[in-house]
Amino acid sequence: MRSIRGSRSHRRGWVAAGISAVMVVTALTACSGGGTTEGTGSTESAAADGGGSGGCTNEIKVPGAEQVTVWAWYPAFEGVVDLFNTTHSDVQICWSNAGQGNDEYTKFSTTIEAGTGAPDVIMLETEVLPSFIIRDGLMDLTPYGADEVKQNYSPGVWADHSNGDGVYAIPVDGGPMGMLYRQDIFDAAGISVPTTWDEFAVAAQQLKDSGSDVMLTDFMTNGRAYLQALFAQAGSEPYIFDGATPTDVQINLNDDGTKKVLNYWLDLVDKGLVATDDGFTTDYNTKLVSGGYAVYLAAAWGPGYLAGLEGADPNAVWRAAPLPQWDASNPVQVNWGGSAFAVTSQAKNPEAAALVAKEIFGTEEAWTIGIEQGALFPLWLPILESDYFRDLAYPFFGGQKINQDVFLEASAGYAGFTFSPFQNFAYDKLTEQVFAAVQGEKDGNQAADDLQQQVVDYATSQGFTVN
Amino acid sequence: MSQTLIVEIPAGGHSKRRRRRRTVERSRQRFGYLFVSPFMLVFAAFLIVPLIYAFWMSLHTKTLALGEHFTGLDNYAQAFSDPQFLHGVSFVVRFSLVLIPVQMLVSLVVALVLDTLTDRLARFARLMIFVPYAVPVVIGAMMWGFLYSPRFGPLADIFGVFGAEAPFPLSPDNVFAGLLNVVTWQWAGYYMIIIYAALRAIDPSVYEAARMDGANGRQIAVRIKVPMISSALVLILVFALIGTLQFFTEPQILRSVAAGSIDAAFTPNIYAFTTAFSYAQFNYASAISFALGAVVFVGSYLFLFLTRKKSGLT
Repeated sequence: MRSIRGSRSHRRGWVAAGISAVMVVTALTACSGGGTTEGTGSTESAAADGGGSGGCTNEIKVPGAEQVTVWAWYPAFEGVVDLFNTTHSDVQICWSNAGQGNDEYTKFSTTIEAGTGAPDVIMLETEVLPSFIIRDGLMDLTPYGADEVKQNYSPGVWADHSNGDGVYAIPVDGGPMGMLYRQDIFDAAGISVPTTWDEFAVAAQQLKDSGSDVMLTDFMTNGRAYLQALFAQAGSEPYIFDGATPTDVQINLNDDGTKKVLNYWLDLVDKGLVATDDGFTTDYNTKLVSGGYAVYLAAAWGPGYLAGLEGADPNAVWRAAPLPQWDASNPVQVNWGGSAFAVTSQAKNPEAAALVAKEIFGTEEAWTIGIEQGALFPLWLPILESDYFRDLAYPFFGGQKINQDVFLEASAGYAGFTFSPFQNFAYDKLTEQVFAAVQGEKDGNQAADDLQQQVVDYATSQGFTVN
Repeated sequence: MSQTLIVEIPAGGHSKRRRRRRTVERSRQRFGYLFVSPFMLVFAAFLIVPLIYAFWMSLHTKTLALGEHFTGLDNYAQAFSDPQFLHGVSFVVRFSLVLIPVQMLVSLVVALVLDTLTDRLARFARLMIFVPYAVPVVIGAMMWGFLYSPRFGPLADIFGVFGAEAPFPLSPDNVFAGLLNVVTWQWAGYYMIIIYAALRAIDPSVYEAARMDGANGRQIAVRIKVPMISSALVLILVFALIGTLQFFTEPQILRSVAAGSIDAAFTPNIYAFTTAFSYAQFNYASAISFALGAVVFVGSYLFLFLTRKKSGLT
């Protein structure tokens, strides 16, 4: 009896050990969950690559036609795809959403390394174009008739999407910056709308002195392109990089403009006049729409972002005004975000892919969907310069014609910006340095100098000649 | 081959029988290999081959400007002198030194308490303590992200009662403790089950004997139960050590709400992930991964060597 019992419990021990071993394997798999999820997206797209409408999010209208796979995350994009597919009989778009921003880039980056699995056409933010061009991930569209649509875009915008002699993407939407503010909070505190950064600082003090616990705005340390745009407004031109000499890059991340802007904000932070919450988190989103901040320094896509957030204060009165200036007599317009369609170097039929990139947002009907449902800011001149767009009244802003008042001027004054071919790294370091400065570990000048040093070191280690 | 062996060698009854037995064993073994071959195939295709490929990649250097070339062990020299990698390693080592004792103590105490109870409440408690492990790590981390949130979490309310300002558990000063709490919550229940299973495997007559010798409950727990489950404890320790050195999921998820405190090189695994998928340096990322593998191997080997008497795993 005893021996039987003994052997049973012995066996039970082994079973327990076996189960725990299995669990460890499960746990280890769970640890790599991030990677697996990334992989799933690529598998889906690989299925989409196989043709047939099985892998597409949208419905294929002309089954026999050449299919072009597209990755994009535009809001209300399905309507645009359907419009394209019903108006084209020779080419059909097979669209899938491979994630937003970095999620998509991670997958795309992996497909470049693997040499397979990329879509034919991909939506990319303008700022990451150099990073993918230098890895030969994108196709020069000049041989595929890019020049035919060149006149539809302003020269500055076209230059942002070109590199050397090549054109690597067809512009879609832009992000000229303005200031969205809560009229009701301003009125309650007796603040008039600031037009310069000096007035902005005064307004921040006024708001605090009024006894309100609302912060004037949020200085997000993880703002990436947002910070870069604020620096650029004071004359910062961090990179000089040209596709004609792709191994040379000039880096100037600690110039006077950057330091001036950084110190200005750090001063507001020190005085407790602006918040320093991380951007794009649930906390931040909620504070944005529920009266945590009185001002949202936003790009032209900001109103769409704002309108899509939950938990909004129903009594909020939002209005738009131009971005404050450093020198009111010499206004500088800056841009935050914006995106384009590029053709990947793995495209099966570059001609068809280029056709999609050129024509998908090349009609007024498509732009009506993009503007009214997706809240995009068009770079396509026929619509950008139209009376329709200028006179469009936005119910979210109490019927204000925000394009006429703010964004058209901001867009017209934007002179272009050069990004680096290692933008992701530079942004990560920017976040670290600005965060350290906000935490009081170093001052603004030191943070900018350290950032410069880190990015120069990285560029050198990546084989660039840094001038 | 074994058959020809039999034909060639003339042999007497005894040795012949022995040889035949060996032949039978060999053919049985062959069937054995046949049965494990599906596993071996998958194992080779999804673990061995990728490992070799990653190692091969780690011997090359690919830069954005200059393309790919063979550089031997340069990447490893770079990794072990890379302040970001070393910073990550030092974090996970410090984290292990605090986390493992804490979570072992928690799970051991809970298991010992549950072992002495047999009512329905104890079974329910056992299940509840195990439940966090059943929550996927990603979901668990996101949940804690909300619990820690200054706006949605309960901390602000709790501290508000005493008129104090709530700390943010993911601020640079608190992130160590904040993550410690998440990981302990997630894993203590699982370790508790392992310890509990080991405790149930002890013959109860040992306790009877101890009690007759005058030992009280606490003495039985500390002097009898703990020594008898030492091999389970060592097993847990090794699991925890390997898992913690490869710390990834929780900080990766919580990065999106605390980008400043949890940077791109927070742990070696996050650094490898970012380097590969965000900065497109797949070769250097492979080297970092192998370097981390070396740290984990040395760490766990050293530990097993030091505890070889207790573990019974030699």
